[in-house]
Amino acid sequence: MFKYLPHTKKDIEEMLKVIDVNSIDDLFLEIPEELKKLDLNFPNGLSELEIYDKFNILANKNKNLIPFVGAGAYDHYTPSVIKHLIGRQEFLTAYTPYQPEISQGTLQYIFEYQSIIAELTNMHVSNASMYDGATATAEAMFMATNVRKRTKILISKTVNPNIVNVVKTYAKYRGFTVDFVDEKNGITDIDDFRKNNSKEYAGIIVQNPNYYGIIEDLSDFREILDDSKGLLIINSDPSSLALLKSPGEYGADIAVGDCQTLGIPLSFGGPYIGYLATTKKLMRKMPGRICGVTEDTDGKRAFVLTLQAREQHIRREKANSNICSNQSLMALFVTVYTAVMGKQGLVEAQQKSFNATHYLYEQILKLDKFSEVYKQPFFKDCLVKSDIDSEIINEKLLEKGILGPLNLGKYDKSKNNLLLFSATEKRSKKDIDLLVSILEVL
Amino acid sequence: MYYDKLIFEISNSGRKGYSLPDFGISNYEIPKDLLRKEEAILPEVSELEAVRHYTNVSFKNFGIEKGFYPLGSCTMKYNPKINEDISSMPGFNLHPYQPISTIQGSLEIYYETQRILSELSGLHTFSLNPYAGAHGELVGLMIMQKYHQDREDFKRTKVIVPDSAHGTNPASAVVAGFESIEVKSNPDGTVNVESLKELLSDEVAGIMLTNPNTAGIFEKEICEIAELVHDAGGLLYYDGANLNPILGVVRPGDMGFDIMHINLHKTFSTPHGGGGPGSGPVGVVEHLVKYLPTPVVKKVNNEYIIEDENDTAIGQISHFYGNYGVVIKAYTYLLSIGKENFANVGKHSVLNANYIKESLKDLYLLPIKGVCKHEFVFDGLIDKSNHVTTLDVAKRLLDYDVHPPTIYFPLTVKEALMIEPTETESKVAIDSFIEVMRKVAIEAKEDPDLVKGAPYNTVVKRLDEAQAARKPIVKYRDLLT
Amino acid sequence: MSKIVEGLYYTNTHEWVKVQDGFAYIGITDYAQESLGEIVFVELPEEESSLEAGEELGAIESVKAASDILSPVTGIIVEVNDELEDSPELLNEDPYENWIVKIDLESKSELHKLLNSTEYKEICE
Repeated sequence: MFKYLPHTKKDIEEMLKVIDVNSIDDLFLEIPEELKKLDLNFPNGLSELEIYDKFNILANKNKNLIPFVGAGAYDHYTPSVIKHLIGRQEFLTAYTPYQPEISQGTLQYIFEYQSIIAELTNMHVSNASMYDGATATAEAMFMATNVRKRTKILISKTVNPNIVNVVKTYAKYRGFTVDFVDEKNGITDIDDFRKNNSKEYAGIIVQNPNYYGIIEDLSDFREILDDSKGLLIINSDPSSLALLKSPGEYGADIAVGDCQTLGIPLSFGGPYIGYLATTKKLMRKMPGRICGVTEDTDGKRAFVLTLQAREQHIRREKANSNICSNQSLMALFVTVYTAVMGKQGLVEAQQKSFNATHYLYEQILKLDKFSEVYKQPFFKDCLVKSDIDSEIINEKLLEKGILGPLNLGKYDKSKNNLLLFSATEKRSKKDIDLLVSILEVL
Repeated sequence: MYYDKLIFEISNSGRKGYSLPDFGISNYEIPKDLLRKEEAILPEVSELEAVRHYTNVSFKNFGIEKGFYPLGSCTMKYNPKINEDISSMPGFNLHPYQPISTIQGSLEIYYETQRILSELSGLHTFSLNPYAGAHGELVGLMIMQKYHQDREDFKRTKVIVPDSAHGTNPASAVVAGFESIEVKSNPDGTVNVESLKELLSDEVAGIMLTNPNTAGIFEKEICEIAELVHDAGGLLYYDGANLNPILGVVRPGDMGFDIMHINLHKTFSTPHGGGGPGSGPVGVVEHLVKYLPTPVVKKVNNEYIIEDENDTAIGQISHFYGNYGVVIKAYTYLLSIGKENFANVGKHSVLNANYIKESLKDLYLLPIKGVCKHEFVFDGLIDKSNHVTTLDVAKRLLDYDVHPPTIYFPLTVKEALMIEPTETESKVAIDSFIEVMRKVAIEAKEDPDLVKGAPYNTVVKRLDEAQAARKPIVKYRDLLT
Repeated sequence: MSKIVEGLYYTNTHEWVKVQDGFAYIGITDYAQESLGEIVFVELPEEESSLEAGEELGAIESVKAASDILSPVTGIIVEVNDELEDSPELLNEDPYENWIVKIDLESKSELHKLLNSTEYKEICE
């Protein structure tokens, strides 16, 4: 007997009798004998107490640091109520809402989530979620190539290299080409874009705020794309959209990004959740699940998965995407976060992150060995150039329990010792002053 | 009382549900022309209002802890509570850019999970980066594509998929740059080997199979199929959707599969979360290990390391390391279950499925006779004289607090009712399901309109799905106009 | 039994062709609309685009299914039935009255390759 396997010997005997076989092994007779000779190298099971001991030891092999880096994963505050609500079994243990009559809970939060994403991005429609911001961007590329029947796409050099890598991987196997638009002064070089854009390209992917944290002004992009009938795909941190000009206001065709910044714990990179939103015109070209409103036979308002003919379970090889399971519970996370933080809280958390990052930046630039890289407005990542080797900096910070900046040299050797710092609303003035004091004596 | 308010509909301007500290950092201004001008409609509620709202919303859902959830092909087993507690331990809540020396515990979990998955499946090495089953398929097929390209075998543009396969299989094949071609099934749902032989050529990159297949039947000719495909120069992909029944009995690697994915949210008990997050680790045989996506977690001289770049890999397919939080839950489950109980997972799931099948086959039409594995498919009721459909049966089950089986899948069975009880269900729970199914069959005979009008006890009745798709209302703002 | 109209040309993928004033009107058959169920969306092609026989000219979506519409003939699309954009259910209500596209035929000789109503009836049985 084992706690997750309830059958007693008597149960098994009774069941075998009904099936009319002598043993459970008789249910596996068709499997070739030579395949069944297993001797697994696998330890015996642990009790709960032993499990806790084991994982306490593992957790102690880690060290929790105070992050002063973002670059795609930000240490924002998570209100306590969220874990209690998303841990409710009704949400946690259900699956895809195939039976809407008993899945109104899931469907309603997906509808609320879609509404929140549509509001923040100023787009017409959001889907129920993608895996992460990078794969959402890749799916947006597929949407664009599919809609325009073109096989090339442009991507700005100011997009986070992890996102670029994922987009390139997705493109490569389908035979699509990803070409770069240059950067100039830390932002997308619009002249280079204008020069290279053509009807061969399905559109352009830009990020705002970009990889360096710089807020790009994308006002002129729409017009350039109108000539070539290309799509404007903007990857944005959705939390920044509480304050910043939205993809919709820039005339985006597809808005994508990662909702980790809406209170999702860092959790070593996942689970996070990608969002994808688009215009009314492109609604039926979207990947993923979409929830809509309808009525039941009594005329009562109800929610249901809709526009399903786009999806793999109906369209098979002609589906818009192969996505099936997504990050639904994380959509609930984002929804509850937005509910408790609300209109004011979203703004306050981001303004405080903006303030903390700017204070940090000012203090660092006062030090002799650090200097400015670009003179551009930035959001909650900031870039500085260091005369000291980044490894030494990060080691010293680590001694004090601080996770230091990302050295851009990790992804591009020509950018070695350009350091990307970040501070959120969780970083106090004291924390920042401590960090600066460590840098000061290097 | 039916609660039908949206969070936006209980909002009041100025209300809030959070508190943030004031750290005395002065205010900095964002340049005006970069600010948004369109006002967003966002919730404004107190903390209790938010909590009460989502608690009431949750009551409209059916989860595994409420009742039997025999959703075929989805393996809705119990999601142990300890998994949740362990994965949310603060010690594992780390920034993905933390240095190697400070994340050894997390990497050990990642590495050990990889290793156990290899041991259980018979494939050499796994990557835990793929986010879900379909993502795993995509990654696996990219590996297949790269393998052929590296051999400069550019003619192989087709992937064979059975007509009974999940929709994700052909869809993934296309996203990975292949053309998907269908192989016919035998009446029992297994691959028709003769048809397969005709399809195999030097244009075929490989085949995707589940085993047991979607009808719950084990492909007993799997070794022959593997040989045929390999002889034709192709690779075999194992879709792990149906791995549960063969756990500890037989391994995909030993059957001849070259690439596979495992759904941690099915087989290894992590919660389905209303549709995710799942996790879809991909495993490969030794000669394909070099293609696994980056970043790769390795163990070198007793230290766990991350390899970010690798010229031979298919590339990067996730921003960081996949759904890491889900991996911790699966690892907790694997350590809890242990070797001594492991084989019983598959065996008991198969026992349960056969028991239900035998107990209901006098009332429901069983198109494929004989022993099944973890699931099986009925073709609706035997007595179809009253025109009670599978949809009607499913809806009537809702009134009895049972989650209906998967319906109208696989596509090869017209009135498909696909039942998968898992090993975590007791005989008592299973017997009461059988009783309900029998009752519904009798109702369908004696009072068909009762069944056709179901459900009656749910918060909403049958929905007008056509209206939703014809005039899509997809956000709160659409309701205001 | 689904309705089949005499005097039209048919395909084995359940489209019909009606030739009137030198133009070909194309729609889907009663059998097609019945098997699809409640039609929720019709993806229409752009006017003035040219089509080969057998090429996809659009797609029809119902709640639980989707199907491509294949052009039975070669020619140039001179008109699409815009009404279907807002009222896709018209194809359920009267599939023979509500055509989808009007095509300027390249050659009438192609029509003989299509099925007549008797031949089509056999397919539906």
